[in-house]
Amino acid sequence: MGVEGIGARVTRKEDKRFLTGKGRYVDDMVVPGMKFAAFVRSPHAHAKIKSIDLSAAKDMPGVIDVLEGKAMQEDGIGNLICGWMIHSKDGSPMNMGAWRPLAYDTVRYVGDAVAIVVADSQAEARDAAEAVVVDYEPLPHVTEALTALQDGQPQIHPEAKNNLIYDWEIGDQAATEAALATAAHITEIEITNNRLSPNPMEPRAALGIYDTAEDHYTCYTTSQNPHAARLVMSAFYNVAPENKLRVIAPDVGGGFGSKIYIYPEEITCLWASRKTGVPVKWNSDRTEAFLTDAHGRDHVSQVKMAFDANNRITALKVETTANFGAYMSLFSSAVPTYLYATLLSGQYNIPAIHAEVKAVYTNTVPVDAYRGAGRPEATYLLERTVETAARELGMSPAELRRINFIREFPHQTPVIMNYDTGDYEASLNAAMEAADWNGFEARRAEAASRGKKRGIGMSCYIEACGIAPSAAVGSLGAGVGLWESAEVRVNAVGTVEILTGSHSHGQGHETTFAQLVSERLGMPISNVNIVHGDTDKVQMGMGTYGSRSGAVGMSAIVKALDKVEAKAKKLAAHLLEADESDIVIEDGQVKVAGTDKALQWFELTLAAYTAHNLPEGMEPGLKEGAFYDPSNFTFPAGCYICEVEVDPETGVTDIVQFVAADDFGNIINPMIVEGQVHGGIAQGIGQAMLEGVHYDPDTGQLITASYMDYAMPRADVLPSFEVSHQNTPCPGNPLGLKGCGEAGAIGSPPAFMNAVTDAIGNNNLTMPATPQKVWEAVNRI
Amino acid sequence: MTKVTLTVNGRKMSGECADRTLLSTFIRENLGLTGTHVGCDTTQCGVCVVHMDGKSVKSCTILAAQANGSEITTIEGLSKGDELHPVQAAFKEHHGLQCGFCTPGMVMAATDIIRRHGGNLDEKTVRAELEGNLCRCTGYHNIVKAVLAANAEMYGAKQAAE
Repeated sequence: MGVEGIGARVTRKEDKRFLTGKGRYVDDMVVPGMKFAAFVRSPHAHAKIKSIDLSAAKDMPGVIDVLEGKAMQEDGIGNLICGWMIHSKDGSPMNMGAWRPLAYDTVRYVGDAVAIVVADSQAEARDAAEAVVVDYEPLPHVTEALTALQDGQPQIHPEAKNNLIYDWEIGDQAATEAALATAAHITEIEITNNRLSPNPMEPRAALGIYDTAEDHYTCYTTSQNPHAARLVMSAFYNVAPENKLRVIAPDVGGGFGSKIYIYPEEITCLWASRKTGVPVKWNSDRTEAFLTDAHGRDHVSQVKMAFDANNRITALKVETTANFGAYMSLFSSAVPTYLYATLLSGQYNIPAIHAEVKAVYTNTVPVDAYRGAGRPEATYLLERTVETAARELGMSPAELRRINFIREFPHQTPVIMNYDTGDYEASLNAAMEAADWNGFEARRAEAASRGKKRGIGMSCYIEACGIAPSAAVGSLGAGVGLWESAEVRVNAVGTVEILTGSHSHGQGHETTFAQLVSERLGMPISNVNIVHGDTDKVQMGMGTYGSRSGAVGMSAIVKALDKVEAKAKKLAAHLLEADESDIVIEDGQVKVAGTDKALQWFELTLAAYTAHNLPEGMEPGLKEGAFYDPSNFTFPAGCYICEVEVDPETGVTDIVQFVAADDFGNIINPMIVEGQVHGGIAQGIGQAMLEGVHYDPDTGQLITASYMDYAMPRADVLPSFEVSHQNTPCPGNPLGLKGCGEAGAIGSPPAFMNAVTDAIGNNNLTMPATPQKVWEAVNRI
Repeated sequence: MTKVTLTVNGRKMSGECADRTLLSTFIRENLGLTGTHVGCDTTQCGVCVVHMDGKSVKSCTILAAQANGSEITTIEGLSKGDELHPVQAAFKEHHGLQCGFCTPGMVMAATDIIRRHGGNLDEKTVRAELEGNLCRCTGYHNIVKAVLAANAEMYGAKQAAE
C-alpha cells in the first residue's frame, strides 16, 4: 500500500471546497435571465379538480407565467413511471395508476403538484402561487395501508381494486407450513417498521434551461444518478431526446435514496423553461421536502418463526403489508420484494421461508428506497423476532444466534440469495468483547442502584449490496441494467482523469477513487481528478445507491485501469526495448524489473501522445473505458450492540454505549468507511428512537412537516460510536469490496429496540421509542 | 425596497432588497456568497449560521434590514488567505463532513462555541451546544471530535480529541 493507496487513511480531496464555502450545489447556480418557480400544491389528501383559474395569479407582480398540467399533457410530457415490474402470485402484473407531473383531474396526497408559477423572485412566485384558484371537490381518503385494503375504503386509482398494487410471494409455502406444524416452539410477533422522511440537509432543487437556438435542454438537479434521470426523462417523459438533454448533478448535499428518483419538479422546470423562454429554478423548502420527497419504510408484518427442540430455526413465515403512498415511485415496487424478502434468511441457516407482501396505495407521499431500502425492514423484523425468541426460550440472545449462524459458504438461502462469504461469529465475538457483554449484569445492577433501568441488545445484520447483476435483476423485473461505467483518461503530462457513472453526494469518491489510481499507477492522489455527475462528460452510468459505488463503480475503474496499464506496458516495452512481462509501474516510473532501465511516467505518457515512436499498429493516446457488470450481489454483515439506560420516571432513554463490528470486505479508506458507519447508525437510531412520519387519519394532513414536528437526531441525543471491522474479502469483484454505506442504518434499529425492551422488561414497544411510549411501556399503560 | 449596507468578511457591501428579504437570501443572492446555505424554514437546522458582530446567528431568521450596519463573517471569510482556519482544518483532519451542506453552518457555530467557552470544552458540552445544527451524514461523531481538536489546537487545552 502506498501512502495514498488502497487502505490508507487519507483526508479528503473534496473537503477544502466544502469547508470554505466553495461547494457548488444546484441552488447556488445562477444563469443569465434566470427566474424562480413555485409550485401550487394540493391541500387535500384526495380530491377531484373541478377547475383551475390562473388569471389572478398571472396578474401578480413579477409573474412571468403560470402553467398547469393539462397544457403539459397536450405538449406530450409523459406520466411518471415505476421502473421495476412485479407480478402478483397469481401471475398478474402490478396494478399501476397514472402519476401526472402536474395533476389536472385528481389529486391524491397533500402536496400533489397542480401548477407552476414562474416569477422574477422566489418570494413573488410564492405569492402568486397563493393566488391560483383551484376548485377542489374533496373525496374520502385513507392514509393507512391495512385500512386501505378493506372493502368500502376510498378507491385511489381505478387500476388497483381495494388499493392493492400487488400481492407477491417468495419461498416455499408448503415446506414452511409443514415446519411450523411440527415445531417445538413458535415465536409469533407483529413488527411495525415506522415511516420515515429521508431528510438530506440539502433540499431538492432543479434548474431547467431551454436553449431556443439549439433546441436543447440543460437540467441541473439534485440527483444521485443523473444519467438515469436523463434516460427516464428522455425515453418516458418525452422531455427531449437524449442528445438534446444534458443533466448535471453538481455537488449534492446528501441523498440517502431520496434523490434517486425523477420527481415532477425537474420535469416541470424543463418544460416551463421552454414555455416561458427563461431558465427556471426551483428550490424546495423543508416543508415541501417533507410533503414531496419520497418517504421510506412503512411496513406492518405478521411473523412466525419455528424452532426445533434444539432451538434451531426450522422455518420463517412473514406476511407484510407495505404502504406505497399515492403513486408508484421509480424503484418502489422492488423495495418490499427483492430488496427485502430476499434478505429474510439473515445470518441464519433457515431451511424454509415463505413471505407474502401486499403493496398498497394510500393518500400519502409516495414511498421508495431510503438508506438500506428493504434490508433494514428485513433485519429489523428478523432481529426483533430472534431476540424475542431468545427471551421466550430462556436462552442468551448471543447463543441463540450463534447456534443458528450460517458457517459454510457459498450458502444458498431459500429466498434467492447466494451468500458468497462471511464470518458472522467473528463480528459477534468482536462486538461482544468491545461491549464487555459479560460485564453487563454488574452494570445493570449499578444502574438499578441509581434508579435507572439498564438494558443491552444486539443485532446481527446482513445486506445485499453491489447492486446488481444486470441479467439477474432483469429476470426479476428491473427495467434497467445495474452495471457501472468508467473511463480513465491519462493526459499527455501523465495526470489522470477518471470519469465515472457513480455519483458522490457525501461518500468521498473524489478521494477513494483517486486512491485506487494512486495504488495502480503510483502517483499522488493530487494528480488524479474524478469527473462525475454530468451527462455531457460521462457517457453513461447508473449512479450511487445500494452501497454500489465501491463494489460496482470502482470495479469498472479497475477494468479501465487494466487496459491503460496493458497499453502503457506495451509502449514502455517498445521504448525500453524490453519484454512486456518485465515492465512494472511504480513510484511514478515505468521500469524494467531487475534493471536500472526506466522512464518517468510522464515521459511514457508524453510518448503516447507525441506518437513519434509507437509499436506497430498502436493508436496514439492513453485513454480507456470499461463497463463492469457484477456477477453477484455482495453481502456485508456485522453485529451491533447497544446499551441503554431508561429513566422510569420520565421514559427518557440514554444510549450509554454503541458498538459496531462490520465485515465490509476490503476497505479503501478506513476513515471514510467509519464515517459512513457513524452516519448510518445515527439514522438507524433516529428511526428507532425519534423519527416518524405521521398523517392525521381524519384529515389526511401530514402532521410532521417541519423540524418542529419531525424529530431529527441531534448531537446531544447520540453517543460516540465504537466501530471495528472483521473483514472477509468479497470474492466477487476485483477489489474484494462489499460496500459500507447502508450497514449502520440496517443494523442499529433492532439493536436499540432490543436494548430498550430488555431494559424495561416489556417487549411490547414500537419505533420510535419516544419517552412517552417508553414511559407507557414501563408502566404498562 | 430597502438599502442594506454591511461589512462582510472585512469589505463594505451594499445592496437593494425587498423589505422582507432575509439576511440569508441577501448574502446568497445579492452578495453572491453561496457558502451560506438554507436547509429549513423554522430556524432548526443551522446550515445558515454566520457571525454577526462577532456572534453566531441563524441568518434565515434575521431580516437583511435588521442587519444593516453590522459586521458579518460568512464561511468564505473565516480563513485568512489560503490557509484553513483551525476549525476548518480540524473538520478536514477528523472527517467532520461528508456531503458538505451543513458544514458551513456547523463550522461557524463551532467557531463561536469554542470562542464562548474559551477553551473549556468537553464532549458533553459540545454535543449540547451543537443542538441547533443538524447533520444527516456524520452522526456527529467526527464533528464532535473535530470541535474538541480545534478547541485544543486554539487554546492548547489538555483534553484529547478522542
